[in-house]
Amino acid sequence: MRHLAADVLVIGAGAAGMYAAIAAAGQGAQVLLAERSLIGRGGATVMAQMTVAAAVGEAAPDHWQHHLADTLAAGRFLCDEALARLLCEEGVEVIKQIDAWKVGWARTPDGRMAQVHAPGHDRPRCVYVDFLATGTAVSRTLRTQLNRQGAVRRVGDLVVTDLVRRGGAVVGAVAWHLASGDVVTIAAKSTVIATGGLTRLYRRNSASANMGGDGYALALRAGAPLIDMEFVQFFPIGHLAPRLVGMDPIMWDPFRYKLGGRLLNRDGEELTQRYGVAEDGRYVATRDVATYAIAKEVEAGRGSPAGGAYLSFEHVPEARLREAFGPVIDRLAANGIDLTRMPVEVAPIAHYHMGGIRADAAMATAIPGLFAAGEAVGGANGANRLSGNAITEALAFGRRAGLSAAAHAARSREVDWSREAAADAVALLRDSAPARDRPNVAAMLAMLQDVMQDEVGPFRTQAKLASALARIAALRRDLGDRPFGSGGAYDAERLDWLDLRCMLAVAEVVARTALARTESRGAHQREDFPAMRPDWAVNQVVTLRDGAVALARESVRAASLQAVAV
Amino acid sequence: MTAQIATLLVERGAPGTPSRVDAFAVPFAPGQSLLDGLRWVRAHADPTLALRYSCLNANACKECMMLVDGVVAYACTARLEAREVRVGPLPNKALIRDLVTEIAPPDERFPSARPGDRA
Repeated sequence: MRHLAADVLVIGAGAAGMYAAIAAAGQGAQVLLAERSLIGRGGATVMAQMTVAAAVGEAAPDHWQHHLADTLAAGRFLCDEALARLLCEEGVEVIKQIDAWKVGWARTPDGRMAQVHAPGHDRPRCVYVDFLATGTAVSRTLRTQLNRQGAVRRVGDLVVTDLVRRGGAVVGAVAWHLASGDVVTIAAKSTVIATGGLTRLYRRNSASANMGGDGYALALRAGAPLIDMEFVQFFPIGHLAPRLVGMDPIMWDPFRYKLGGRLLNRDGEELTQRYGVAEDGRYVATRDVATYAIAKEVEAGRGSPAGGAYLSFEHVPEARLREAFGPVIDRLAANGIDLTRMPVEVAPIAHYHMGGIRADAAMATAIPGLFAAGEAVGGANGANRLSGNAITEALAFGRRAGLSAAAHAARSREVDWSREAAADAVALLRDSAPARDRPNVAAMLAMLQDVMQDEVGPFRTQAKLASALARIAALRRDLGDRPFGSGGAYDAERLDWLDLRCMLAVAEVVARTALARTESRGAHQREDFPAMRPDWAVNQVVTLRDGAVALARESVRAASLQAVAV
Repeated sequence: MTAQIATLLVERGAPGTPSRVDAFAVPFAPGQSLLDGLRWVRAHADPTLALRYSCLNANACKECMMLVDGVVAYACTARLEAREVRVGPLPNKALIRDLVTEIAPPDERFPSARPGDRA
């Protein structure tokens, strides 16, 4: 067994985690950055395609308050205003900071940052580096800054399996080092969860295989409340057919920004028109509206052959396509796709999670010593997230969490670590279920993804959710409480077991909160309760009590703007 | 569309043990990636098969690099074909298990002990 100590432990090395580590180290903290995959490569950041929203006001006059107004409107009355304000206000600063770090935001000929107008925003607000590789640039920029921080130890292949609590506070974690199979204990004065969301719970998802909600499970087991867990954002026009390799399924988003494109049903009718938004070749329908429209058209038998909608750029001249997306047009050709002659098929795909760990504007959770950052935090985006808010949130929340975690560590003279407090979590990693009792855990994981896709997707009913909960419980029984595999180096079976343990816990929370919310709002649509109800303008907060999920309703935190985030 | 069959000949093993080749018959539809096939193997034949990948299809994480018919390739962009395909770990990197090799830069790996580390 290995033991490490740090002032600040950051779990997850996407944009939020890397920025948290940089910010904490900047305050003099010794930081351990633990990533279950490879630093800067395993999360959602590296996959971000294009838009990053911030009121930098370069393309048109803007103010963060306008961005906030749009974010709150998109959130359908559920946003935690303090968190949304942090995103919009400090978002401007972090976008400028990583510009200074040479991320390379696209510029207009006169040297100003180029900004595009994304759906749900009142003006051009989204900066970008490249139409398909903004995330790669953001990730690389932060990684370069990290490498300059001697005070940050960066460790990949390190899977945090449990947080360690003592005297009511989080004092570190237990981890499994994949590359060696070693069990590792980590003492830390402050811990930041920056593990991203839960899109891996779904069969069709646009994020990484690492985002199975493990941070939510860690927080829940450590006693921290989760919020808004029923709100899973589906990106409406995820690529569906024909099969396309080497491209992100979200790739059509920048195409629509630049070229509009037409979203059509089987009969060639503009698809969102029937649902109250006339796009007329522009890209204006928000994500929840478009997702709803596509699903309803498919249900009515007017979908595309593969079960989605058509997205057509056939009306766009080839020269214009090539001018906008030159090399990508060739990559599409290699996949047998000629946009001048054929539409592609698209369908909603799990993309982002609005819910998450409940944190205040300092990114502190209810548990002393435990902080959260990025998509792992719930509440800023309410019931529906605007395009472009995810990377901004990762950066702004990451920085804030790093500063708060460092300040907390500076106040704590010594970490109250004890081996006894970590004993259960260590024992779990040393245990092994008898081989004869092991079903195929990779198959079980795929089964859970089917359950979530088919029964806890964007359109929900009491019957589907109840069925999902029963199937989740059955999977839990099959999984048992002793890990599969022997725990050697890169034991893939054991990794799946540990992941599924988290995924099942989080899946239950999503289904339970979705079942309880008997209305439709934003990304949560109940076919048996189709209207938005004023009495449901409340957040659902989830805690674990004696191992059982407990739900409570709380008023939305609409803190007065003067009182927050100063 | 009727499924075709790709035969994946996968080099398996860990440091210090002789490697072996396991054959897996994988049904696929034209257009599917080698990564699709390897994930199919894990869910339908052998969950102990170890491989690295994060981003599934975007070729953004660059983690699924391996040897395909003797040539370095990304599993997420290589296509399945109805024939025998040899798949192995990167030859110039330290083997961890099966198709997983140590590809992180040295300063992003588990640190060697420092004076401050104590239980």
